[in-house]
Amino acid sequence: MLIMRHELLLVAIAVILLIVEIFLPNERKRLIIIPSLLLMAGVTIIGFLPGTTGELFGGMYRNTQLTILLKNILNIGVLIIFVQSVDWLKKDENKEKISEFYILMLSTLIGMNYMISSGDFLMFYLGLELATIPIAALAAWERYKEKSAEAGVKLIFTSALSSGILLYGLSMIYGTTGTLYFTDVAPLINGAPLQVLAFIFFFAGMAFKISLVPFHLWTADVYEGAPVNVTSFLSVISKAAAVFIFTIILYTVFAKIAVLWSQVLYVITILTITLGNLFALRQQNLKRFLAFSSIAQAGFILLGIIGQSQIGMTTVIYFALVYIFSNLAAFGVVGIIANRTGKENIDDYDGLYRTNPNLSLVMMLALFSLAGIPPLAGFFGKFFLFAAAAKQGYYILVLIALINTIVSLYYYLLVIKAMLLNNSDRPIAHFKSDGFTRLGLLMCVFGIVVVGFISAIYEMVLNLSFGLF
Amino acid sequence: MSILTLFIIIPVLTIIGILFSKNHMQVKWVSVIGMSLQLISALALIFLYLAERRAGNMAEILFVQDNLWYESLNIHFYIGVDGVSVAMIGLTALVVFAGIFASWDIVDLPREFFTSLILLASGVFGFFISLDLFTMFLFYELAVIPMYLLIGIWGSGPRHYSAMKLTLMLMGGSAFILLGLLGIYFNSAPSGGPLTFDLIKISKEHIPIAAQNFLFPFLFVGFGVLGAMFPFHTWSPDGHASAPTAVSMLHAGVLMKLGGYGCYRVAVFLLPEGAHYWGWLFLILATIGVIYGAFGAIWQKDLKYINAYSSVSHCALVLFAILMFNQTAINGAIMQMISHGIMTALFFALIGMIYGRTHTRYINEMGGLMKVMPFLAVAYVIAGLASLGLPGFSGFVAEMTIFVGSFQHPDTFHRVCTIIAASSIVVTAVYVLRVVGVLLLGKIKNEAFETLPDAKWHDRMSVVALIAGITIIGSAPLWLSDMINGGLGPIVQKLLAAAPAIMP
Repeated sequence: MLIMRHELLLVAIAVILLIVEIFLPNERKRLIIIPSLLLMAGVTIIGFLPGTTGELFGGMYRNTQLTILLKNILNIGVLIIFVQSVDWLKKDENKEKISEFYILMLSTLIGMNYMISSGDFLMFYLGLELATIPIAALAAWERYKEKSAEAGVKLIFTSALSSGILLYGLSMIYGTTGTLYFTDVAPLINGAPLQVLAFIFFFAGMAFKISLVPFHLWTADVYEGAPVNVTSFLSVISKAAAVFIFTIILYTVFAKIAVLWSQVLYVITILTITLGNLFALRQQNLKRFLAFSSIAQAGFILLGIIGQSQIGMTTVIYFALVYIFSNLAAFGVVGIIANRTGKENIDDYDGLYRTNPNLSLVMMLALFSLAGIPPLAGFFGKFFLFAAAAKQGYYILVLIALINTIVSLYYYLLVIKAMLLNNSDRPIAHFKSDGFTRLGLLMCVFGIVVVGFISAIYEMVLNLSFGLF
Repeated sequence: MSILTLFIIIPVLTIIGILFSKNHMQVKWVSVIGMSLQLISALALIFLYLAERRAGNMAEILFVQDNLWYESLNIHFYIGVDGVSVAMIGLTALVVFAGIFASWDIVDLPREFFTSLILLASGVFGFFISLDLFTMFLFYELAVIPMYLLIGIWGSGPRHYSAMKLTLMLMGGSAFILLGLLGIYFNSAPSGGPLTFDLIKISKEHIPIAAQNFLFPFLFVGFGVLGAMFPFHTWSPDGHASAPTAVSMLHAGVLMKLGGYGCYRVAVFLLPEGAHYWGWLFLILATIGVIYGAFGAIWQKDLKYINAYSSVSHCALVLFAILMFNQTAINGAIMQMISHGIMTALFFALIGMIYGRTHTRYINEMGGLMKVMPFLAVAYVIAGLASLGLPGFSGFVAEMTIFVGSFQHPDTFHRVCTIIAASSIVVTAVYVLRVVGVLLLGKIKNEAFETLPDAKWHDRMSVVALIAGITIIGSAPLWLSDMINGGLGPIVQKLLAAAPAIMP
């Protein structure tokens, strides 16, 4: 049972919260916030204790040092989101739904954990669905608002469609190999036409989840309609989890047709980075802005996947870790400002530094980190991704990606320009953010500033990525 | 722990000091103390370096410190200096010191201003002492990005536009550099062994010629953007014109030197065959830059634009000399970097001070300033004479060395380029003397100007420090020239070894 420690602990707190919820009278629902945070923090810490590895259910569920690390990364991200969302959950209109938020988030996280640990396509699919459906409910949080409801519906429809495509691909894999276990499928992949087709379907299904171009169309609308904290979950945690399992499956199951999928990835990478950037240039709403920027960032992650081997896996995980901190910091600032003032547009941030210097600084650090400016963590993450791709000799691809970082720097600078350079007659008034928001942002800033300097983190990820092969 | 670590630690401590200081004055004094310490340690470094050399220590790199950082990628925090980098560090410390005094009048957000300024300076120092390509690149970007805030927040004129243009063009250059560095890294061990970012180790290896020819343009253009290489110089006039005084000083005086130094230390040093292969193309561009910048300066009426174009011309001369691939010319290039760095910082400081009094930068609207502010006017004349290469000032030594070195090149193409580039000296004389005549001599055009005050104590600090630099180098250049020559041995050897492989 210790092997499934992460999942079981999460199930346990979800159940505890569910039971406590029943006994809390309506006016005291807010009491559940602090215990949930503490429980989640506890689970995160326990996750770091040395754990047992092994297989369960005849290899359907596998736990390795690598998957433990991935789950810990996701736990940290979710913990930060929990801390950041306190201010928003305390609002009157959310009072009755507080525990729903936690329970739905936790069940998605459980799904992701199963997905990452899967040793079999069936388990993978179950985890994927469990990770998707609760988040659609969260996206439709403000169900009387048209945009939020639209976001929920869009998310559930697109995930249903992508799951269908994915399942079709999986059925072809089963048809050609007669098994669903990763270890059994891998040697039987030989590049037969039906298997290539199966791969394409599988790829398309995953591309929906990671929102790669041309499967990204749902992203901006859903991100804009959902509450900020759900958006940050979608853009960071969901994406990271999907990227992790995608990389693992590509490297283990489809290793034999690597030549094929690296060509596909090559094209998709260029498309994703370029189109994501070009769309981000035109955005005024910060949530949409971050949505497109996160599409572009996903494209950068593909650069690491294309690097293949242990280095590729390492850079992907490392970048995801850095990206979690950077993007959550950005979303944290957008969230608290949207929450206090209802303003979400870049223009609204004019002169923010004069009224709220600390929030502006956090935002600046986050955006610089996303743009890959040293000595922030984002620089290291991007550098390693580029190095991984260059190692395989993809210099042209790296050049295109590098030029795209300049485009992305431009739009990140637009926000910084609004905050620091522009003056406004009616800037966002000064407000004092609550302790939880500050704690959440502080955790992110710590990650952004410190992670790059500690080479031990990179080395640890690198060593654990050995376990994959 | 090497003395070089001080050049990272002092700025960091200064920034922490600034963050904790309570008011305007404290911020300034903390910066002054920090940067004075920096200047003192730079002077100490020069003396220590010369003493080591005199004592017979002929190691290629002195004051080495080497810490392993990313083990699996073989990234080190590896610092050390040779004669060239010591000279650059001295220049940087002097200009930053003067820059702090020149920005004494900053009122808007002083804390943020000095923090960004010193962050920029620490990036520059880090760049000059790094011997690991990864940390070098890290410091390079660290030096570039504060410019956006410095110009955007405290600048004048179309500051938003200039800041964005400058940042994007320079970061575009750094994208090219990154590609080049990755290329070098993955070719850094052609004879087997671990890949490395170690500049010295790579210089001992022989990178395959095909890779060199592919990578050289990326690195040279990437660094060349910051070195204001034609046609990638367009950020420079706009950026200088919009930047506040101290930033123009630092930028033209020091930051543009990063470009020249990078071309020399990374592109040409590590890829000598590539340099020979592509040299003709970049030599043409550099020659155009020299002439174009000089003529551009004649056209302008705004003092800052005049000096920005003159900087383009002088910096192009640096690249021009590096591309001559011989010891004398490259020595001249380094001398030119130092000389131009101090001189142009002096120019921009004076322009900032004059502008702060007259509130105009158009030379036609001013006149007779010599009577009103004799100190600033005389200093301006000195800077001008140094710029047009009058013997006794640093400009003469540098340009003389460059042209003597370039003309040693036996073939016609290089000699024609030299003759064309040398003609820029005449053009320089035209625009310098024209400005001196219109701006400082003649009648006072605006009555309001008659009562303007002359330089204050902090202005004088900044100006005197810089003039001292120009005259010391101008009247006693040998120690500097020898110090630089001591560092040029390896690169000249590599270039000579590479020449037969390429030349028929």
